[in-house]
Amino acid sequence: MSVITVERKILAKNDELAEHNRNLLKQNEIFTINLVSSPGSGKTSLLEKTFETLGSKVDISVIEGDVQTSLDAERVANYNVPVVSIVTNGACHLEAKLVQDALSNLDLEKTELLFIENVGNLVCPAGFDLGENMKIVLVSTTEGDDKPLKYPKMFRNSEAMIINKTDLIPYVNCNIETLKNNALNVNPGLKIFEVSCTSGAGIKEWCNWLVENVRTKHSHEKQLMY
Amino acid sequence: MHELSIAKNIVEIIKESVEENDLRSIERVVLKVGELSGVVPDSLQFSLEAISTGTELESAKYEMKRIPFTIKCKVCGNVSDNELGIVKCPVCGSKDTEVVSGNELLISEIILKN
Repeated sequence: MSVITVERKILAKNDELAEHNRNLLKQNEIFTINLVSSPGSGKTSLLEKTFETLGSKVDISVIEGDVQTSLDAERVANYNVPVVSIVTNGACHLEAKLVQDALSNLDLEKTELLFIENVGNLVCPAGFDLGENMKIVLVSTTEGDDKPLKYPKMFRNSEAMIINKTDLIPYVNCNIETLKNNALNVNPGLKIFEVSCTSGAGIKEWCNWLVENVRTKHSHEKQLMY
Repeated sequence: MHELSIAKNIVEIIKESVEENDLRSIERVVLKVGELSGVVPDSLQFSLEAISTGTELESAKYEMKRIPFTIKCKVCGNVSDNELGIVKCPVCGSKDTEVVSGNELLISEIILKN
């Protein structure tokens, strides 16, 4: 019997491609968010509200990941935002290679902020680096307050959590303080936003934070370059 | 079911690590799977068997070493297994902790028959 010691990361190939994407995005001074959530929590609605609020202040592009159909990509295109659709045909998450292909179909010089809307799923997208600056997890009040405990990796790997559908709190079984505590017990550094894509509550704060990050990112990259 | 895509990556690494004519002599492949890796060992086992059927890797067995979720408290120094994902120190209650293990997703060893 002979033993070959390998000790290699199983997702090393994906991580290499993700690093390639990250460098490309950095060269083009693009702030990139990998938006993750369970299906129906409101990722596309959040994007729509963000487009409405930011208007032409920031050049936004979107990569839309869906298991099937380009319905979400069509919603984004209605706002005249450049969008590339990735239909995974059954796969439950996006991988760096798919994003690399999508990036070649976007005008990176005309993009300051890139959203990658991942496939709706709180498990699989947590493990795959796409080359983004950060993952942001969206959770809605209709899902209950226990999601961070049930899907810790996703909340652990995200830098911010957006709680959507706050207008429904009186009607659903969700204690928002419990939800926040559960999330902070998994990831104490998590930045938290509370929004309603229906009433528009909290959207301004979220957009201000986005603009601040796009600006900080740009000035930071310029400092690095010069 | 991201385990299928992880299984494909494992097979690729095996093929890179073992000379082609030795692939049929693989007895066992040891994997390290952290509790916080988001990978279900049974699903991964199923995916590996499914994609190996009818290939030179058909007779290979896969052994999964589960790595526990462990945190170390930066305040009191306590090291402990904890409820999955919870980073609050069970001794002093501080959240100023680091995850020591549980994120692993590695192909560790390939064992060949003589």
